[in-house]
Amino acid sequence: MSATAARVLPHEDSGTREHYLNVRYGLKSWLLTTDHKRIALLYLMSITAMFFVGGAFAVVMRLNLLTPEGQLVSAESYNKLFTMHGLIMVFFFLIPSIPAVLGNFLVPLMIGARDVALPKINLLSWYIFITGGTLALVSAITGGVDTGCTFYTPFSTTYSNTHVMPMAIGVFITGFSSILTGLNFIVTMHTMRAPGLTWFRMPLFLWSLYATSVIFVLGTPVLAISLLALGAERMFHVGIFDPNLGGDPLLFQHLFWFYSHPAVYVMILPGMGVVSEIIPCFARKRIFGYGFVAFSSVAIAVISFLVWGHHMFVSGQSVYAGLIFSVLSYLVAIPSAIKVFNWTSTLYKGTVTYETPMLYALGFIGLFTIGGLTGLFLAALAVDVHVHDTYFVIAHFHYIMVGGMVMAYLGGIHYWWPKISGRLYPEWWARLSALVVFLGFNLTFFPQFILGYLGMPRRYHAYPEEFQILNVMSTAGASILGVGYLIPLVYLAWSIRYGPPAPSNPWNATGLEWQTPSPPPTENFETTPVVTEEAYAYETRPLSYV
Amino acid sequence: MSEAHAAVAHQFEGLEQQRDAATLAMWIFLVTEVMFFGGLFTGYAIYRASYPEAFAAGSRLCEVNLGAINTVVLITSSFTMALAVRAAAAGRSRAAIVCLVLTLGLGATFLGIKFLEYAHKYEEHIVPGLNFTYSGPSARQIELFICFYFGMTGLHALHMIIGLVVVTVMVIFTARGRLAPPKDTPIEITGLYWHFVDIVWIFLFPLLYLVDVHR
Amino acid sequence: MLSDLPLWPERASTFAVSVDYLFLFILVVCAFFAVLIFTLVLYLAIRYRRRTPEERATQIKNSLPLELVWTGVPICLAGVMFFWGAALFMRRTIVPPDAQDIYVVGKQWMWKLQHPEGPREIDELHVPVGRPFRLVMTSEDVIHDFFVPAFRLKQDVLPNRFTSLWFEATKTGRFHLFCSQYCGTNHARMGGWIYVLEPSDYQHWLSGAMGNESMTDSGAKLFTRLGCEGCHQSHDTERGPTLVGLYGKSVQLAGGETVTGDESYIEESILTPASKVTRGYTPIMPTFLGQIPPDDLFQLIVYIKSLNTPAMARRQP
Repeated sequence: MSATAARVLPHEDSGTREHYLNVRYGLKSWLLTTDHKRIALLYLMSITAMFFVGGAFAVVMRLNLLTPEGQLVSAESYNKLFTMHGLIMVFFFLIPSIPAVLGNFLVPLMIGARDVALPKINLLSWYIFITGGTLALVSAITGGVDTGCTFYTPFSTTYSNTHVMPMAIGVFITGFSSILTGLNFIVTMHTMRAPGLTWFRMPLFLWSLYATSVIFVLGTPVLAISLLALGAERMFHVGIFDPNLGGDPLLFQHLFWFYSHPAVYVMILPGMGVVSEIIPCFARKRIFGYGFVAFSSVAIAVISFLVWGHHMFVSGQSVYAGLIFSVLSYLVAIPSAIKVFNWTSTLYKGTVTYETPMLYALGFIGLFTIGGLTGLFLAALAVDVHVHDTYFVIAHFHYIMVGGMVMAYLGGIHYWWPKISGRLYPEWWARLSALVVFLGFNLTFFPQFILGYLGMPRRYHAYPEEFQILNVMSTAGASILGVGYLIPLVYLAWSIRYGPPAPSNPWNATGLEWQTPSPPPTENFETTPVVTEEAYAYETRPLSYV
Repeated sequence: MSEAHAAVAHQFEGLEQQRDAATLAMWIFLVTEVMFFGGLFTGYAIYRASYPEAFAAGSRLCEVNLGAINTVVLITSSFTMALAVRAAAAGRSRAAIVCLVLTLGLGATFLGIKFLEYAHKYEEHIVPGLNFTYSGPSARQIELFICFYFGMTGLHALHMIIGLVVVTVMVIFTARGRLAPPKDTPIEITGLYWHFVDIVWIFLFPLLYLVDVHR
Repeated sequence: MLSDLPLWPERASTFAVSVDYLFLFILVVCAFFAVLIFTLVLYLAIRYRRRTPEERATQIKNSLPLELVWTGVPICLAGVMFFWGAALFMRRTIVPPDAQDIYVVGKQWMWKLQHPEGPREIDELHVPVGRPFRLVMTSEDVIHDFFVPAFRLKQDVLPNRFTSLWFEATKTGRFHLFCSQYCGTNHARMGGWIYVLEPSDYQHWLSGAMGNESMTDSGAKLFTRLGCEGCHQSHDTERGPTLVGLYGKSVQLAGGETVTGDESYIEESILTPASKVTRGYTPIMPTFLGQIPPDDLFQLIVYIKSLNTPAMARRQP
C-alpha cells in the first residue's frame, strides 16, 4: 500500500478554497507582497538559485582536485572558485536559509499571529538580499574575487587585483537583510504571541530562531564595519590594516571573526530548532528536557561571541589570548552536546516511524555529532597548531554546515512542505534522496579529516601526489552528493502540480501552524487561537494518520 | 481623513500591541547601531592606544570651536525633539509641528557646520585618499586619525541626514492629521532615533576633538 | 593500492610525538561519543519503531540527574583536553637556550631562508637532527604561514612583524614544507622541503654551501652603508644610544615603560623609530620603512646581536 495514498484524509478542497497562493495572481502580487508566507517563497527561490551556483563552483573545484597537478582550471581560476563558493554558500544560501525561508513562513503561524510585526520591513529585507546577491553575482561574472572568503588583509586591500569591491559591497548590503530579519523576529516573538503562549510553551524552533536573531542583530553590524574599513583601505590606500601603511592586519582578523564566528552559530542553531520539531513528531513524544534545550540555544548564542580568537591561534596573537579563547571554545561545545543527548533520549520509549523528515533529523544527529566533536580537536591549542588551515578544518565545518544545517533545512522543507504548498511530496523518492545525500556526504568529507591531519593545506589547487587517493574519494562522494541534491528539486517541483492535496495536519503534529488549512489563508487564522497546553503535547494527539 | 489610514495595522491585535512592537523595534534597531558604531570606536581605541602622540596631534587639527557649537546645537535639537514628542502625545499638533521644524533647523545647522569643517580640511589638504599632504613625523598615523575622523563623523552625518528626512516626513504627516494620538507612535520612535544620534555625537566630540585641548 | 593510502603523517620532531598523543586521546574520546550516539540513535530508532498503529509513546519530560551527568562529564573531559592542549602549547613558546636562529622571509611565492653562517636557501632548509632551531620569520608582502606537517608546527608570518617557531628534529629525512595561509595565485606552489641530516652530513653541506659571507659580516656592511654608525657608536652619544649589549637587555623608553631589546624591538626601532624612543633621547632617528628588504633587515639584526660579544663590540667606532 503506497504511503502517499494512505495519508490522505478528508479535507477542505484546496482547489476552490482561497489561500495565500491563489488569493491573487501576477508578478506584482508577488513582488509587492507583504505576506510573510509569500516573502518566504521569494527567499526560497533566491537561495535555491544561489545554492546551485555555489554548488557548481564546488563541483569544478572537486574535479580539479582529481589530479595532483590540478590543471583542469588555472590557479587563478581555482582561487576564485573557492572564494566565491564560500561567499555565496555562506552569505547567500546558508545564513538566510532556515531563518528567511522556514522562519519567515512559520514564525507568525507558530505564535498564532496574522503576520510578522513589520511586514513591509520583511519585504525590504528580501529586496536588500536581492541587491546584495546581484552585486555578488556581478562580481563573480565579471571576473570574480580571489581573496578567500575571509578577505584577509593586506592581500585583499593591497595585493589582490580582482573584483573585491563589488563583492565586499554585496556582502555588506546583504548583512542588512539579516539584521532586519532578526529584528523582525525578536519584535514579533516578544509582542505578538497568542494568548496563553508563554515563552516556555513556545516550540523550540522559535527559541532557536530567537537566539539566531540575537546573533544577527548584535554581530552583523560589526561585519559591516569591517567591510567598510576594508573598502576604505582598498579605495583610498589609508593604513588601517596594511602594515606598510602603519596598520595592523590582525585588527582585521579580530573584527572579521568577531562577526564570523557567531555567524557559524547562525548556520546551525536554526537547524537544531528544526530537529527539535521533527523528532517529537515522529516519535510521538514530548521532547526530553525542553528547558535544557531552550536554554542551550540561548547559551550558544551568548558564548558564541566570546570565542572568535580560536580562528587565530597561530596568527601572531598573544598566547594568553589563545588560552582564554581555547577554554571558552570548549565551553561553547557543551550546550550542543546537551542538545544531542536530549534528542537521543526523546527516542527512548517513543513510537518511531521513518518518514523523510525523520530520516534527515536522525542523519543530522549523527553528522552534527561528528562535526561538533571534531571541533574539540580544533579547540585544543597544540593540536590546532597542526591542523589549522588544513583540510581538517574544511571537513569539520562541512560536517556541521552541510551534514548538519543543510540536512536539517531539507528535513524542515519536507516536514512543512504540505503546509507551504498544500501538496504531499512523493515519500519514496524523498527517502531515496535522503539516503543518497547521507552516503554522498560522508564519502566526500570524511577523507578530508585524514587529508587534513596528513597536512594537506586548504585553498590548494594542486597537491603532493601522496594525497591523490583521498582526493579522488572525496570527489567521488561529491558527485553522489550533487545527485542527492538535484532529486528533491525535481520531485518537489513536480509535487506542486501533481502531488496529492495535503490535509491541515498530515503528520498529526502539535503546534499552531498545523491548526490552519494547508496552504494557510493569507491571514493565517480565522480567529486568534488560544494556547492551553505545553509544547509537544503528543499524548493528546491522535495516534497516527491513517 | 484619518479613517482612510487604519489606526491599527492588520497584523496587530490592537493599538497597544502595535505601539509595543514599534517601540521595541526601534530599541533593537538602536542596539544594532550601537554595535555598528562600536566597531569603529573599537578600531579608534586600539589605534589611539598605539599612537597616542599622533592622535593628539591629529586631534589638534580638528576645529574645537565648531565642534563645541555643534554639540550645543545638537543637544538643543534633542530638547526640541523631546518637546515635539510631548506635544504630539498631548494632541497639540501645531506645537508639535513647530518643535519638529525647529529640530529640522537645528539639525540642518549641525550639518552645515560639519560641511564647513570638511571644506576647511579640504582646503588644508588633509583629506585622506583625496589630497592628504601633511608631512612630518607620524604623518601616517595622523592620516589614520583623520580617516577615523571622517569615517566616524561621516557615518554620524549620514545618520543625521536620514534623521532629517524622517523628521520631515513626520512634519508632513502631522500637518495632515495622521499622527494625532493614539497614532503618535511614529513621532515617539523618531524621537528615540534622534536622541541616539545625539548621544553618538556626545561620544564623538571628546574622542575626536578634545584629545589634547589643553596644549 | 590500499597500501599506498596514507593515514598518518610522519613524526619528525620532539613536538610531534606529544601532539599525536593528545590527538589520539581526543580521538578516542570523540570516537567513543560518536559511536555511542550513532549506536544509541540506531538502536532506539529501531527498538522503539512503531509496530502497530495504536501504539503509544511513554511521555517522559526530563530527568535532572541525567542532564547534570551529561553536562558534567563533557565539561570534565573538555577540561582535560583544554589543559593538555594548553600545556603543550605553552611549552612550545619556551625556546631552548641553545636554539640556533635561522632567519626566514616569506614572499609571494617562495621561502627565503638564511643561516647565520651565511648560506642562503630558497624553499629548502637543511638542519642537523637532534639540535633545536628557532626560526625568526617575517613576510615581504602578505600574510603567509610556515607549515611543516611532520613537525606538527606552523606559524603565520606577517609583514613588518616578526614571529617565531622553534623545533628540534628527531629523524633524518625529507619533509614537506607548505605555505598554509592563502597568499594569492601560487599559494599551492609556495613550499618545498626540510632536509634533516646527520650532524656530519650537515657539516658537510654547510661547508659546501658557504660562499656567502656570514650574516654578521653582511650586517656590518649594511650598518655602515645605511649610516647607522653616525649616531650609534661604541658608547652612548647625544644623538643615539649605543647598540653594544642591547640584545636581550631591558630598555627604558621615553614614555616610562620598559621593553626587552629583542628582534622585534630592533625591527620596530628601524622601521618606526618614533614609536619606541629610548629614555633620554629625542625622536630624531629617520624611518627606514619600505627602504630595507626583510633579508637585509635580518642581517642588520644579526649584526646588532653580535655586538653583545666583546670582539664585535670593539670594532664599533
